[in-house]
Amino acid sequence: MGDIVALDALAAEVKSGMKIAIPADYCGVAMAATAAILANRPRDLHVVCVPVTGMQGDMLIGAGLVGTIETSAVTLGEAGGAPRFIDGVRRGAFRLMDATCPAVHSGLIAAQKGVPFLPIRGIIGSDLLKTRTDWRIIDNPFAPDDPIVVVPAIQPDIALFHAPEADRFGNVRIGRRRELVTMAQAARATLVTVERIVETSLLHDENSAAGVLPALYVDKIAEGAGGGGGGGVGGGFWGERGAKTPHTRRPPPPPPWPIGLWGEYPADPAEIARYAAMARTPEGFAAYVDGFSRRLTEAA
Amino acid sequence: MTVVADTVRDYSARELLIASIADLLDGVRHVAVGASSPIPAAGAMLLRARNESRGRERVRISILGSQEHNFFTNGGVELFDCAAQGRVDAFFLGGGQIDGEANINLVGTGPYPKTDVRWPGCFGSAFLYFVVPRVILFREEHSPRVFVDRVDYVSAPGTSEGVTRRGGPSALLTGLALFSFDPARKRFTLKSVHRGATAAEVRAQTGFDYDAPAEVPQTPAPDAATLELLRGRVTRELAETYPQFADTLRGERAAA
Repeated sequence: MGDIVALDALAAEVKSGMKIAIPADYCGVAMAATAAILANRPRDLHVVCVPVTGMQGDMLIGAGLVGTIETSAVTLGEAGGAPRFIDGVRRGAFRLMDATCPAVHSGLIAAQKGVPFLPIRGIIGSDLLKTRTDWRIIDNPFAPDDPIVVVPAIQPDIALFHAPEADRFGNVRIGRRRELVTMAQAARATLVTVERIVETSLLHDENSAAGVLPALYVDKIAEGAGGGGGGGVGGGFWGERGAKTPHTRRPPPPPPWPIGLWGEYPADPAEIARYAAMARTPEGFAAYVDGFSRRLTEAA
Repeated sequence: MTVVADTVRDYSARELLIASIADLLDGVRHVAVGASSPIPAAGAMLLRARNESRGRERVRISILGSQEHNFFTNGGVELFDCAAQGRVDAFFLGGGQIDGEANINLVGTGPYPKTDVRWPGCFGSAFLYFVVPRVILFREEHSPRVFVDRVDYVSAPGTSEGVTRRGGPSALLTGLALFSFDPARKRFTLKSVHRGATAAEVRAQTGFDYDAPAEVPQTPAPDAATLELLRGRVTRELAETYPQFADTLRGERAAA
């Protein structure tokens, strides 16, 4: 429970055929773990995007690891459409489970509560219902003439995300990104990469304890977004970007880490745009991933 | 975007859209705006500033994905819960396609799932369209490929029958014109055309049928006090979240 391990050991938990939940870019995306997963090449993953994804989901698709994608959107934001996703849709390369954001949240909340489904307003009349045959319309049992959609519980095998810090007891700071709690409680196992590990229990401060995911819900934690153990003293590998934590050591050259982390450092739009341009072709995508992995290995 | 000299005063096409959005939002207390929607955000900020200057009701703005303009503490689900509770008065939706019954398509063109053109996806539209009372459809590009007779994919339907629904489309604002929507008749009505556009041009560029008065008025120009707020306080506030867009607004003014 809340074991602190090397990044490779964490990534090895993601195995073929698993259902894996990943958060939106504003929640903390485990990109170094994603690179390690790309190297391991588990197949036929069922990726649940909570509730949308960007470059991370597009890279998993581009590498051919995705058998099913369940998402409310895939986009690179200002860098435009997600090229490997768009190409895969055209080719029918994976099973596509289009969703709408609150329905993804509802499915996870149902699993969090241990109930088989949750009702949700709206959706009726949307073409989503034509292909989401796992979503049903029932009659409100408490009032007449009130059809309502129910969505089944989503229980991922794994929830994977990146956070600013964990303590050595396995508690993880999630701030007000409460969907990370839902993901972790819904999933069978939760894997977290963090910028740094601190010695003091994060639950010690009553004023901020509500922004902490307790170790009970966390299985494995790997430190250092740059490949495990790259961080060192005073604030993790990426500390220099946010300049919020003092950094006494000169950090190794930054691997491509274009997704920002709340409270720590912003996104790198130029790098995301570079990905968007290269990933237009399978060859360009492969070249990008090669460089991405190499830079991470060198940094570790 | 060009700035056209006006006999009364100068304003850019974008400033007109922002001022029109502020007018469409009149009376709301909480408006939510999507992450990459600077014009709707500017319209909401303009309403907030104008209400303050007029001693009217306070306007709260939630910009999704923004740290500055985001008071939610319960994660991504809180916006949807907040809307479900009736605490979001207005929201903006767009679409790759919008049809004459206000159905919107955020998924793609051609047969699903192997769509010819694929857009990001439905996001929260299939829910928010039902629960937010005043949804403003906003799409700058006004062309027959956007405004189609029938969308290829219904991400969210414009109207519903026999279903609990308190929200839906109230207006459609484009780069050329402003429409109102009547859910009972499932039809848009052309309210006004922006300066430089004509009713005939709007008809030619719209792929669906709609009602229009015999004489279509011009969209009212922003008044001097509104423009002053927009060019001062609102542009400064915008720069915090949308620095490039604020620069664009300033640049268009300088070119006038």
